Amino acid sequence: MNLKLKVWRQDNAEDDGRFEYFEALDISPDMSFLEMLDVVNEGIISDGDEAIAFDSDCREGICGTCSMVINGVPHGGQKGTTACQLHMRHFNDGDTIVIEPWRATAFPVHRDLIVDRSSFDRIQRSGGFISVRTGSVPDANATPVAKENSDLAMDAAQCIGCGACVAACKNASAMLFVAAKVSHLSLMPQGQPERNRRALAMVNQMDEEGFGNCSVNGSCEAVCPKEISLDFIARMNREYGRALLKKGCS
Amino acid sequence: MAIKKKKTPTKAKTVKTNSRTSKVILDSKIPAGPIADKWDKHRFNLKLVNPANKRKYEVIVVGSGLAGASAAASLAELGYKVKCFCYQDSPRRAHSIAAQGGINAAKNYQNDGDSAYRLFYDTVKGGDYRSRESNVYRLAQVSVDIIDQCAAQGVPFAREYGGLLANRSFGGAQVSRTFYARGQTGQQLLLGAYSALNRQISLGNVEMHTRSEMLDVVMIDGHAKGIVVRNMISGEISRHAAHSVVLATGGYGNVFFLSTNAMGCNVTASYRAYKRGACFANPCFTQIHPTCIPVSGDHQSKLTLMSESLRNDGRVWVPKDKKTAEKIRKGELSPNDISDKDRDYFLERKYPSFGNLVPRDVASRNAKEVCDEGRSVVSSGLGVYLDFADSIKRMGENTVRERYGNLFDMYEKITGTNAYQNPMTIYPAVHYTMGGLWVDYNLMSNLPGLFAIGEANFSDHGANRLGASALMQGLADGYFVLPYTIGQYLAENGISDRPSIDDSAFSVVQDEVESRIETLLSIKGDRTPTSFHRELGQIMWDKCGMARNKEGLEEALLTIPKLRKEFWQNLSVPGKNTALNQSLEHAGRVADFLEFGELMCRDALQREESCGGHFREEHQTPEGEAKRNDDDFSYVSAWEHKGENKKPQLHKENLVYDEVKMTQRSYK
Repeated sequence: MNLKLKVWRQDNAEDDGRFEYFEALDISPDMSFLEMLDVVNEGIISDGDEAIAFDSDCREGICGTCSMVINGVPHGGQKGTTACQLHMRHFNDGDTIVIEPWRATAFPVHRDLIVDRSSFDRIQRSGGFISVRTGSVPDANATPVAKENSDLAMDAAQCIGCGACVAACKNASAMLFVAAKVSHLSLMPQGQPERNRRALAMVNQMDEEGFGNCSVNGSCEAVCPKEISLDFIARMNREYGRALLKKGCS
Repeated sequence: MAIKKKKTPTKAKTVKTNSRTSKVILDSKIPAGPIADKWDKHRFNLKLVNPANKRKYEVIVVGSGLAGASAAASLAELGYKVKCFCYQDSPRRAHSIAAQGGINAAKNYQNDGDSAYRLFYDTVKGGDYRSRESNVYRLAQVSVDIIDQCAAQGVPFAREYGGLLANRSFGGAQVSRTFYARGQTGQQLLLGAYSALNRQISLGNVEMHTRSEMLDVVMIDGHAKGIVVRNMISGEISRHAAHSVVLATGGYGNVFFLSTNAMGCNVTASYRAYKRGACFANPCFTQIHPTCIPVSGDHQSKLTLMSESLRNDGRVWVPKDKKTAEKIRKGELSPNDISDKDRDYFLERKYPSFGNLVPRDVASRNAKEVCDEGRSVVSSGLGVYLDFADSIKRMGENTVRERYGNLFDMYEKITGTNAYQNPMTIYPAVHYTMGGLWVDYNLMSNLPGLFAIGEANFSDHGANRLGASALMQGLADGYFVLPYTIGQYLAENGISDRPSIDDSAFSVVQDEVESRIETLLSIKGDRTPTSFHRELGQIMWDKCGMARNKEGLEEALLTIPKLRKEFWQNLSVPGKNTALNQSLEHAGRVADFLEFGELMCRDALQREESCGGHFREEHQTPEGEAKRNDDDFSYVSAWEHKGENKKPQLHKENLVYDEVKMTQRSYK
C-alpha cells in the first residue's frame, strides 16, 4: 500500500518545530509501524537528508521506549498495543497518517518524535522503592502474599512507563503512571513500612514536575498499552488521603 | 588494615597510555578446595575495603540492565561512589526487561529433589561442558539469595493460593525451579533492580547518566581507569575517571542484524575493551532460540521471541510428507486439515524422554533440519508449527489463557493469527550470546580494573545457556558476586590509584573517539548504516549461524573484510555530531560489528568440534547430533587483539572437570 505521512520535525528543544510530508510507498501489511518508518528513513538517508528521529528499542512492547502520537492517539489506537507492535494491516492504501511526539510540558521534545521523560524517573526516585539492602532480607517464602493481592499488584506493576497516559490526557496528568507504582507496592506486604511516605513523596514529585491533575476522563486507560485500570487512580487517591491523615495524626 | 600500594600512576608512566602488557596470562584464580567451599573460603580471603574508605573509591558501571543496575545499587549501598551509564532514556528500559519466562533458583520449594548441586550439574551439562565449574557452582549457590532479594523488593512473583511462591519447570529441566511473574519476569526483576538503583540515586550515591554511550575504555599503566562517553542528545564527548570500570553491556546478538535483542544492543563497549587488550572469550558461542516468530519479509527489523515456556504445553510438528507441507505453504491446506497420523511431532519422536522440552540448541537444530528437508509450513520456507490444540482439549482454553494469555495476544498482534484456533508458526532466532569478555573467578578481565558482568562475560553458560538462567546470572553477578570481588582489586591498589581526567591518556582516547566520529560523518557515500548491518547479518546467519562449516567460515572471513572496506568508503551518515543523530549512533555500532563478526568466524573456524550452540557440520554423530571433542577442545578460546589488520592471537584456558562427568549429552 502507499501512504502519505505528515510528521512533526523539530531540531531541538528550543526549535519551534513544523510538520513535514513524506511518501511511504510499497508498504507491506505485515510491517510494524516502526518498520514502515524505517523504510521511509532509509530513503531519506539515501538522499543525504536527516532521518526522522524516533525512539524505539525492544520492539516487543515491553521496554516502553517507543512514544508517538499516531493520528491523534498515543500508540495509534489499537487496544493494548504499543507503536512498535502496531502493524500496518490496520491502515489502508491512500491513508494520510499524522505522526507527532508526546506533547506535555513535563516531556520536552529532544528532537522530532523523541521526548525527555526523565520526569518519570525522578518520580520513581522520590519513593517508588522498598528500602532493602542487598543481602539483608528474609527467605522469600517467609512472607506469604495472598494470591489475589499479588495478582492485582502485578496488574499495576506491568506499567512500562511509556508516558502514553500523559500524552492522552488533556491535563497532561501522570496519575495513571504514578498510581500504578504506588498501588503495586502498597498491595505487597513488603511495601507496608514505607506505604505512607511513598504515596506522599511520589504525588508531590509528580506535581513538582508540572504534570496536571486527573481529568477523570479515562483517556489514559483507553490508550494504555498495558491496559492499566483507572481503578488504580482511585486506589492511589485513597493511599494519598490515608497518608495525609496519618501524617496529620502523628 | 594496611593497604598495599603497588604503584603510583605518575605522569611519566602515563605516557605509555595504550601500551598493553605484551604477554597475556589467563589466570582464572579458581580457589582451591572442595567445590562447595570455594566461594565461602574465597570471600573470607578477599581483601576488604575499610567502611570509612569506601566513599573514597569510585566505580564506573556501564549498562543498567539486571547486571548493571543490581551492581550499581549494591556497590552504592556498600558505600562506594558509583557512576552508571546507559544508552537508553531510562535505566528501566535495558533489554533484560524483555525476558519472559523466568528465573532459576535452587530453592527446592517444590520438594522435588533440587539442590545447588543439581542446578550446578544441570548448568554445566546444559552448557555442553564448556563452562567453568567453579563459577557455575557459585552461581547455583547464590541463586537462592536472588529470589529472597527480589521478593523483598516487592517483585510480584506468581504465587499459589497459600501465598507461597509458585514454580514451573522450564526448558530442559526435570525439576520445577523456575520463578516467574506471568510472562514478564525480566521486566519485574529489572524494575526491582531499577528501584534499588533509584533509591541510591536519590541518596546521592549513584550519579546516573542516561542517553550516554560509552565509546572507549581508558587504560593507564595497564589498568582500566576510565571511559569516554558520547552524550546522545548534545553529541558532547566527555571523560570519566574512576578506580575501576565495570562493563554490564549485554550481548552481541545484533551482529546478526536480526535477533531478539533490542534495536540498540551492540558490541561496542566489549569490543572497544578488546581492542584495548581485554581477551574476548568464545565469541562463536551464540544461542539460537527455538521459539521465535518467523521472518515476514525484507523489512524485518528484529525478531520476537515467544517464551520457551510455551513448549511445556505446545507440541512442535511439521507434516510427515513434503508434498503436504508444500500445499500448506501455498495456502491450499490449513494445519487443522492434517490428521494426526500425517503429522511428525519430530521432537517427541526423536527425544522420547524430553520431547518438546529438549534444550534450546537441540530444538533449534531440529527445526532447521525439517525445514531443510522441505517440510516447512510457512511461505519463506522457515517455520514449523507449535500447536496448543491438545492442551486446550486437555485443560480448557481458560487454563491455557491463564498461563500464556499475554504471549498469545502478542502473537496475534504481530501475525494477525489467533493461536487458540490455529497453531502458531515458529522458527529459531538469535537470542543470547554465551561468549563475552574473558573474566577470572573475580569477574575481572585480564586487564586489571576492568570487570565484566552479566551477558557481557563468558563464564557460566558454556556453549549453551539453559532457559531462565540469564536472569539468574545477571543478578548473581550484580547483587552477590561483584560487590565482594571488586573490593579485592580496590584494596590492593589503594585510594590514590585514580587518575585525573586531565591525564594525557584521556586526551589520546578522546581524540581517537572524535576522529572516528568525524570520519563516519565525512565519508558521504551512498549506503545507509542499516544496509551494511543487514548485509553483515546475512553473512553471519548463513555462515556462522545454526550450522557452520569450514568452507563457509573461510568464505565469510573473505567477504566480511570486503564489506568493511566498502563501509568505510561508501557509508552515508547525514547530519552532524553536535546533535541527536541516530544514523551516527548506528554507524558507530555497525563499524564495530563489522570487525567483531570476523572474530566470531575465526573462533568458529578454529573450534573443530560441535558443542552446544556451536554446530560444525563436519563434526556430528551418525544420528546428526553434535559431536564434541573433549580431548582437543575442552578449553576456553580467548582472543587477544594484536593491532589493526593483524590476526588476533588465540589463548587457551583449559577447562578441568572435577565434579561433573563429561558425557555426550543425551535427551533421547
